[in-house]
Amino acid sequence: MIRRQTLDGHSYEFGSLVELMAKATPRRSGDELAGCAARSEQERAAAQWALADVSLDCFLTEMVVPYETDEVTRLIVDEQDRTAFSALSGLTVGGFRDWLLEAAARREGSALLGSIAPGLLPEMVAAVSKIMRNQDLIAVAKACRVQAGFRTTMGLSGRLATRLQPNHPTDDLRGIAAEILDGLLLGAGDAVVGINPAGDSPQACADLSVMMDEIRRSYEIPMQSCVLTHVSTTIGLIEAGVPVDLVFQSIGGTEGTNKSFGVDIAMLEEGWAAGRSLHRGTVGDNVMYFETGQGSSLSAGAHLGTDGHPVDEQTLEARSYGLARHFEPLLLNTVVGFIGPEYLYDGKQIIRAGLEDHFCGKLLGVPMGVDVCFTNHAQADFDDMDTLLTLLAAAGVNYVITAPGGDDVMLGYQSLSYHDANVMRNVLGLRCAPEFEQWLIGQGIADAAGRVHGLDLASSSLRELVGTGAR
Amino acid sequence: MNEPTADPRAATAHESAGAPEPVRADPWAVLRRDNQARIGLGSVGVALPSRAVLELNSSLAAARDAVHVGLDTGELVAQLAACGIGDPIVLTSRARNRGEYLRRPDLGRVPAELEVLPATGWQLGFVIADGLSSKAIREHAANLVRCLVADLGSDYTIAPPVVVTQARVAVGDWIGQRMGLETVIVLIGERPGLSVADSLGMYLTHCPKPGLSDARRNCISNIHPPQGLGYRAAAATAARLVAGARALGHSGVDLKDSGPDPSLTS
Repeated sequence: MIRRQTLDGHSYEFGSLVELMAKATPRRSGDELAGCAARSEQERAAAQWALADVSLDCFLTEMVVPYETDEVTRLIVDEQDRTAFSALSGLTVGGFRDWLLEAAARREGSALLGSIAPGLLPEMVAAVSKIMRNQDLIAVAKACRVQAGFRTTMGLSGRLATRLQPNHPTDDLRGIAAEILDGLLLGAGDAVVGINPAGDSPQACADLSVMMDEIRRSYEIPMQSCVLTHVSTTIGLIEAGVPVDLVFQSIGGTEGTNKSFGVDIAMLEEGWAAGRSLHRGTVGDNVMYFETGQGSSLSAGAHLGTDGHPVDEQTLEARSYGLARHFEPLLLNTVVGFIGPEYLYDGKQIIRAGLEDHFCGKLLGVPMGVDVCFTNHAQADFDDMDTLLTLLAAAGVNYVITAPGGDDVMLGYQSLSYHDANVMRNVLGLRCAPEFEQWLIGQGIADAAGRVHGLDLASSSLRELVGTGAR
Repeated sequence: MNEPTADPRAATAHESAGAPEPVRADPWAVLRRDNQARIGLGSVGVALPSRAVLELNSSLAAARDAVHVGLDTGELVAQLAACGIGDPIVLTSRARNRGEYLRRPDLGRVPAELEVLPATGWQLGFVIADGLSSKAIREHAANLVRCLVADLGSDYTIAPPVVVTQARVAVGDWIGQRMGLETVIVLIGERPGLSVADSLGMYLTHCPKPGLSDARRNCISNIHPPQGLGYRAAAATAARLVAGARALGHSGVDLKDSGPDPSLTS
């Protein structure tokens, strides 16, 4: 369907919903690389006017990625709750933004926003985000509450959790144990202790899983662990009797993106079933952990939608949340600055994308975390990360990624430090996940009110922990 | 603040403030032997101490500069020529400079010319690509190729090495197809991190041709002895993967490494 918009005497024409959404997207390098971005700021502004006039009902018939050729579209469309959507039927994208901000300002906003989540298609959420300012994205996300649990509870009001990310270039067990010790003494790990293995041999992954399970049991830590390897490897580990808490996979917003990751929906279903079969959770049975990021589809050459037009990377990212929510994950984090400057060029684009991803995921009902991060070939620095962390913490993000000093020595990029999370907890009065917080208090790492102050190595019995990995 | 020392993380805040303090053993020192990670940084309140912040900033400055250092192909060619697999061939990708390389991954995946490559057909070939760290290539590529030739040279025919600048991993698909390689191994400089600026990655693709997705590759990353993976261990893993790919008929996520041999160290 062709849409036209006149702005300052100029008439702009948008040949399809795919083109319109791309051109309405705030500027980013990935869409310019894909050739779908607006050619001028005025064309972008015109596209935002035109997109604001599109009825939400249009998204039910005008597919951004064809139903016939893409299993992600089929899953998203088939599982849409039309009853939940009926409250929004007839609204335009512009009207939907107003509706969201009104809902967010109400006392019962969380329940109202939660009630529409199953009725939303990711494309509707992506569309409305394109005409929302950063402040809007924060206000609505803050009102959305998405909880999930395994051995700790994620997503409670007033909480900010962290993933402890003890990566090591050779997966050395002693080195990783030292990093886990460092993080625990600084109060990190209530979302997950999660290792990206440097190698992908199943035996190395098994060794890491066993070590983390021994640490957890030895110190009776209410935590979950995860080795972030391919889902097919994790299924093999579960079959071999290795103690696996969470099942990880990188996913994207099209069937082709997932194919580039070597997965499809059937394989994810298999991994989900395998994880749940172990019944290892105590406060919940959410066993899946996903990572996503704007640009992954373009990177895989799997970003084309209806009639072969390139779909903008933010809309595709939102579709990956539509896929993820089917699996009732414990954790999903966008790795927002990880893929590189060809997809998000600088600090401004990374900050905007982080807020968009967090908003879209939460509105769709996904328990969102964010890896607030950047690479050394992007135009970004630690100040940008401080800004994004502050904005996300204000927006109620479930968890963030943390690594020693914010420096991941295996993946070669910068995330947040454990210190960063503790500073933000103090600034905004946020606390750790309640189960983990009780353990921190018992260990003397947090005070009786749950305020994390950290603990010296010499003062903690946890120092014996480095022996666990040395065997 | 004092000038950064060789290992500023070992220093305490008291020392850096210039106050005379009795020498105390840092309990983290022994743990850092297994690790380049920034553990045991200490805290001021709950924040990072000044020394840690300044050290992060200076490491960031070094890493950002490292991205833009070009590869001296002359020296590399001389080293590779001594590996006994023929005279190296030097190409560029279609990206004309670093700025274009960073913004246009599509150009970095395609060689500027293919006609100069012999199309003889070999079982195995090595492509050496600068990627985001020319330092990784300078420090490790020739040594690693030597170990790979030692491990694989008696079992397979190996093509002359190809060096490509401003290149991404998929450049190997074009080169592999043109040269008629059954398996191509791309050695590429990984992006510089704050603590490691010379990490090299190896990507193995069986039956290479343009358009393959990353699901069809196997990766061995973080090769940077002495802290990262050593040459012999990396070469041994590559040998297992080449044999596995040939048995399976393809490479990628279906091909699982049977595991590192813990007796291997470099």
